[in-house]
Amino acid sequence: MLLSSVLIQFLNGLAGASSLFLVAAGLSLIFGVTRIVNFAHGSLYMLGMYLAVWLAERIGFWAAVPLAAITVGAIGALAEISLLRRIYKAPELLQLLATFALLLLVKDFALWAWGPEDLLGPRAPGFAGAVEIAGNAFPQYDLLLILLGPLVLVLLQLLLSRTRWGILVRAATEDREMAGALGVNQRWLFTGVFALGALLAGLGGALQIPREPANLNVDLSVISDAFVVVVIGGLGSIPGAFLAALLIAEAKAFCIGLGYSQATLVIEFVIMAAVLVARPWGLLGRMPVPARPGAAEPPLAPPSRRLRWTLAIVACGLALLPLGSGGYTLVLLTDLLIFALFAASLHFIMGPGGMYSFGHAAYFGLGAYAAGILLLREKFPMELALALAPFAAGLAALAFGWFCVRLSGVYSAMLTLAFAQIAWSAVFQWDALTGGSNGLVGVWPAPWLSSKPAYYFLTLLICASGIFLLWRAIYSPFGLALRATRDSPLRAEASGIDVRATQWAAFAIAGLAAGVAGALYAFSKGSISPEALGIQRSVDGLVMVMLGGIQTLSGPVWGAALFAWLQDAAARNIDYWRAATGFVILALALVLPNGIGSLLQAKK
Amino acid sequence: MSRLQIIVFAFSALFFTEGKAQTIRIGELNSYKVFPAFLEPYKKGMELAIEEINASGGVLGKKLELVTRDDGGNPGDAVRVAEELISREGAHVLMGTFASNVGLAVSNLAAQRKVLFLASEPLTDKMVWENGNRYTFRLRPSTYMQTAMLIPEAVKLKKKRWAIVYPNYEYGQSATASFKKLLKAAQPDVEFVTEQASPLGKIDAGAVVQALIDAKPDAIFSSLFAADLQKFVREGNTRGLFKSTPVFNLLAGEPEYLDTLKDETPDGWWVTGYPWNAINTPEHRKFRDAYQKRWKDYPRQGSVVGYSAVYTVANAIRKAGSTDTEKVVDALRGLEMTTPFGPIVWRPLDHQSTMGAYVGQLAKKAGQGVMVNWRFADGANFLPPFEEVRALRKE
Amino acid sequence: MSILAVRELSKSFGGVRAVERVGFSVAAGELLAMIGPNGAGKTTCFNLINGQLRPDAGEILFDGKPMQMLPPRDRCRLGIGRTFQVAATFGSMTASENVAVARLSHERKLGSIFSSPDDSTLGMEQALLKQVGMDALADKQCAELAYGDLKRVELAVALAARPRLLLMDEPTAGMASAERGELMRLVSNIARRGNIAVLFTEHDMDVVFRHADRVIVLAEGELIAQGTPAEIRADARVRRVYLGEDAAHA
Repeated sequence: MLLSSVLIQFLNGLAGASSLFLVAAGLSLIFGVTRIVNFAHGSLYMLGMYLAVWLAERIGFWAAVPLAAITVGAIGALAEISLLRRIYKAPELLQLLATFALLLLVKDFALWAWGPEDLLGPRAPGFAGAVEIAGNAFPQYDLLLILLGPLVLVLLQLLLSRTRWGILVRAATEDREMAGALGVNQRWLFTGVFALGALLAGLGGALQIPREPANLNVDLSVISDAFVVVVIGGLGSIPGAFLAALLIAEAKAFCIGLGYSQATLVIEFVIMAAVLVARPWGLLGRMPVPARPGAAEPPLAPPSRRLRWTLAIVACGLALLPLGSGGYTLVLLTDLLIFALFAASLHFIMGPGGMYSFGHAAYFGLGAYAAGILLLREKFPMELALALAPFAAGLAALAFGWFCVRLSGVYSAMLTLAFAQIAWSAVFQWDALTGGSNGLVGVWPAPWLSSKPAYYFLTLLICASGIFLLWRAIYSPFGLALRATRDSPLRAEASGIDVRATQWAAFAIAGLAAGVAGALYAFSKGSISPEALGIQRSVDGLVMVMLGGIQTLSGPVWGAALFAWLQDAAARNIDYWRAATGFVILALALVLPNGIGSLLQAKK
Repeated sequence: MSRLQIIVFAFSALFFTEGKAQTIRIGELNSYKVFPAFLEPYKKGMELAIEEINASGGVLGKKLELVTRDDGGNPGDAVRVAEELISREGAHVLMGTFASNVGLAVSNLAAQRKVLFLASEPLTDKMVWENGNRYTFRLRPSTYMQTAMLIPEAVKLKKKRWAIVYPNYEYGQSATASFKKLLKAAQPDVEFVTEQASPLGKIDAGAVVQALIDAKPDAIFSSLFAADLQKFVREGNTRGLFKSTPVFNLLAGEPEYLDTLKDETPDGWWVTGYPWNAINTPEHRKFRDAYQKRWKDYPRQGSVVGYSAVYTVANAIRKAGSTDTEKVVDALRGLEMTTPFGPIVWRPLDHQSTMGAYVGQLAKKAGQGVMVNWRFADGANFLPPFEEVRALRKE
Repeated sequence: MSILAVRELSKSFGGVRAVERVGFSVAAGELLAMIGPNGAGKTTCFNLINGQLRPDAGEILFDGKPMQMLPPRDRCRLGIGRTFQVAATFGSMTASENVAVARLSHERKLGSIFSSPDDSTLGMEQALLKQVGMDALADKQCAELAYGDLKRVELAVALAARPRLLLMDEPTAGMASAERGELMRLVSNIARRGNIAVLFTEHDMDVVFRHADRVIVLAEGELIAQGTPAEIRADARVRRVYLGEDAAHA
């Protein structure tokens, strides 16, 4: 690389960093104060883009940008007041479910309002051209962005350090309960912070339109980038977010500049994993103040009579079903059963284990791929491939889990996501073994299992046993130990329990079970491709667990059934099925904050 | 009806309808929510064809019915949806899909379940070659074919140093591989100075453009599309990448992607696409008039694909005289028919249609991108020799 | 004979010496109180002994064997029980389950994944809870117990591992004064009957002088005195650095 190229790529990185920082700063701010993992943050960014393009045609670019940002801020405030405010007291991560529903709603709203085609915005008047830097043409607008990022950083820092409101925000970020005890009006503080965060997202989106068309896929791609930046920087740290944005954007620019463009697929996740392993709370983050005792998880009651009966009847019904119906019902139920096992395995670490995973699909997908690879490449008989494949997932869980159990809370969850993305990109790139983006095709069951009822029975048998064993494990001595590590790591350690080893083992068991589900999935579909371990599948798992109720035993199974059925039924009958799914999830989150599984809990 | 009857009826409708309708059903599945820009015109094209066919008496005396489903954009959901179309909706033929992984998964299912699958949108070469099977047919000119269509112009330029940029997944990878192979064969002294692989939908356009400038290429081959293409074009325009460097870009002439470029449209790029308002063959004029009358909108590339796919099914069933899958498969092999792009043949060898594409150059007219200097490239002329294809298909 | 012996124990944080060459020992069945004004190094010293911190220098001998580098869980397995300043229990579980976890851990049975916790030994949990007067509330969820009751459950949990040494950090913190005496009487009974050594820190001088067999006093990281409550009360140095302060306040 020539020196001039190095300079230009560095400037490219700076411009990219500014864009990244704007969207990440809002997310970090919101998380710092409200502890909401705002999945809809990318959607707010996307709204900012669409609004800015739409407004720019009417009132010009420079008026459109602030107006779009303010509008998105107002939308954020509205969402906080009407929705999130109702569920702050609900189980942690329920907000995640609610914001996921928002994401679905916003996506379909944008499609409805602005149509399917990408909208390329105007160039910024006054900054439309290029200036010459070191013999290269460099966009004026990028120079403007390079200045805007640090400017917003400084303004935010002034707001946070010089105003009363800002000081309250910082107090709440560092110790939310203490701030509450000091008589801070939390409700309006939260609303204000959410609105400001949304405004920043909207601003980030609006400022992006001269560089990128408004399009319907931007929400998800931005949210994963923003999460990564926020976590690398340290949750709640605005300067950290800036530093991380800089790191990521420069890394990407130089990967491209140096001819390693394929690495851009995964580089941010590699950096995140490395940072988290070395600095568990991000570059500038601080160890979170541990929650005060008293916020104990609800007890895990032994299954009530009602639940036992319900399960027995459901199991019998499922076993008899092929007598009454062939065809599609069996196909759908096969999917449902597989997802039920997947959700139950995620629940095993999230509920009794108290460890969040945003990347559980990695084990599902690796189980599926292992099955495909053993069958197609190694020419194993199908039965053997099915039996061995889950161990690949279990081994991966063992390797990744070793790092993940050393962190806690959202950081641990983000590390699981980083590993999942790394696994995903390996599968995506390793053509010779995995078939690349096309995946593996022709992963069919052995002839005696190939009829729909036969495969359905096999799935029913394996999934029901898997779920039963997971549930039994929750009540076993090991399960007691796992719940003990969740309730009080300090007490568990003082009682002779190796907290990390216990969590590690649970992680591996969950990975193994997810691998079983994945292997069954591969043979039920006849093919497997990288989506099986993508973010979307991990999020699906989270949604299933949260819908069902994280602290109920059977909830995740009902959650999986409901979610899979909902997607099937809605997609079949409603054009805007994403919005419809979003509405149902939102309604359930508000009406049944403890999940549908709580309906079957023993009454106290 | 008593309430009980209604419940029983509703219940059995839910579980036991295994469609035995008096119509011929096309079960169509596609990623409507993931690629809406391409697939909404496609759906309109299909619906227009269905209306025309039914207005003229249907097929074998029955009405043709289209049952469309969203495949969720991933192979797992797509396979489930395909099963639903086969067993609950009683679809006689499967059709659709967009991304190559989804298309390949459904194609594989079709072979397993012995149902005819007409892959309308996917471009992957594997669909009819490496992974080809008896039950799968593909309409559009494949990645290989469209790449090959650009080769003659690329060779004419006699440029030595080529840079390549592509979306990092199957389509971009195989376009790149085919381009390198074909150009090298025609012009052995060619050099590929840099290859930029960008994550789909997430191109870092500024850095990529700068990397291309640094490589000092004589020409560029790109297979970018949609948002990636728009970002690339705008950055390239600002940074002056295209001033003296000719660019070849697959698909960029398709209205779905070209129309969004507006006044950014780069002059002189060689592209494959669809100059819808300039093609005045009788077949195309008839189609365009009907489409504009029906939808008050102009046709896109997807409209032609959807329209021709439905006609393919109708023609094959007419020729077979039956909806029996094996008979329809045999009828479709070698079927000759007319499309808005002119006559095509369904090759018995690999089940690829010979539908072509338009090759031309981009230009700006009144703030809109258009194709100029275009010519029609017949797909039949841009396929590898029979022996090569036979070797690829493991049948 | 002493069950715990501390020798020349030192720890500093960023150049500040928190604990400097401290040495003392505790005998089986003995209640030893560790006191000192705020910032004297009590907490650091205590955390060195329970394993939360590692010393820079010095030895901690349990039963004659050095254990200063072991993590807390291994110290538990050696026979050291702990209670915390803010009672730490498993909030989602019942009192009885809390004890069961500790007992199963002691018996190395927590690795078992598919068996149920053995019902036949449930009697042991009941007996331990009875010992601390909590048998009537055995099936109550810990999160719902009053704080004083929680302290007792915690004690039962610590005892479930059959410790020979009990480390109690501020055992009566947060309790009403009537409860304090009651709890300490309970502790000293259990210690005498089971021949268990008890090392505790305490702010309440009344509790210290009434219940401790011996007292050690830390000031500015150093051990300045040790002896019976009467001796400590009479020690001039202690009066100066510790009680003197109190006197000044009063």
